[in-house]
Amino acid sequence: MLGTGTFAACFFIKFQLTLMSRPVRFNINAKKADVKDNISLADMPEGFTGEGFFATKLGDVVGLARKNSIWPLPFATSCCGIEFMATMASHYDLGRFGAERLGFSPRQCDLLMVMGTIAKKMGPIVKQVYLQMAEPRWVIAVGACASSGGIFDTYSVLQGIDQIVPVDVYVPGCPPRPEAILDGFMRIQDLVGQETLRRRNGDHYKALLGTYGIQ
Amino acid sequence: MSLTNETIKARLIEKFGDQVSHFEEPYGLLTFEAPKDYNLKVMQFLFDDPELRFQFLTDLCGVHYPDQPGRELAVVYHLHNLLDNIRIRFKVFTPIEKPDIFTATQLYSSSNWMERETYDFYGVNFVGHPNLKRILNVDEMDYFPLRKEYPLEDQTRIDKDDAMFGR
Repeated sequence: MLGTGTFAACFFIKFQLTLMSRPVRFNINAKKADVKDNISLADMPEGFTGEGFFATKLGDVVGLARKNSIWPLPFATSCCGIEFMATMASHYDLGRFGAERLGFSPRQCDLLMVMGTIAKKMGPIVKQVYLQMAEPRWVIAVGACASSGGIFDTYSVLQGIDQIVPVDVYVPGCPPRPEAILDGFMRIQDLVGQETLRRRNGDHYKALLGTYGIQ
Repeated sequence: MSLTNETIKARLIEKFGDQVSHFEEPYGLLTFEAPKDYNLKVMQFLFDDPELRFQFLTDLCGVHYPDQPGRELAVVYHLHNLLDNIRIRFKVFTPIEKPDIFTATQLYSSSNWMERETYDFYGVNFVGHPNLKRILNVDEMDYFPLRKEYPLEDQTRIDKDDAMFGR
């Protein structure tokens, strides 16, 4: 008697389980996302407006376009690379800033993000990757090791990638939080937006590259 | 009879007499030493013997003892008997002026890169090695970093403040 009762109960529960899944416990009353004022739009550059036209500097427009669509090349070597993965993930989305498309080919990228410890043996390789990038190109050194060698003051670690390539922005931290990496990225965006179109052809820039041995 | 440290030690002394010495067992791992010219003979014996069968080279590394004149550089071999699960450690010492040791690449292929690493960091010259050059450091480096003669920090840094770094 007991056997048949429990057998029937088991059969009933199993029937329930196959027919409807177990009840949802979390996120039942989901909030609707508030997008009314939470969308950021890029500001218009200053210019002269009129009926059906808008005149501004070419540098401003090109800078605006470039800074909101930077294609980064992640040169992730060690722990800072993991923080970069977190930055690229959904919580601290780097895609919001236009950097959705990461390329691993230097020929197609604008921003070389060096994240992690660079050994002396790796130095020529970083330089080779930098040389393969097309102008205009920027470099961001993420983390203490890329900026200055970090805690590894030793015979095998390059004490900062600025010994081999010119760096635009340094992000300190060991490792820097994703917010810090985003802050560094936003400063790169400022640099990109305000750069004049003739900078890369000027003598000052050529002299700067000359100090690194790059023609 | 199962293989134990005592039987291994007895077999080694029976075969090599007083060439093998300094038997110790730190943490249960039998450790012994032999003159550097005998390293291949000892390892070949341990490899071929049907009872001992130490046919797996786990590690090959170097040590620098600056306080032992005539025996500064040591090369340590860790061998493993996979069938009976016994490990032993075998050391050879060499003076630092002429650190030549016969290579074990004929016997164990894995010692190829491990000997390159030992050369890279200690300067031990493995006689007969097919490709003895630096493996982990920059090729142009002219010193051997893990010898205790050189400072650990990179001497080209000029921005490190002595007071802040505890010197």
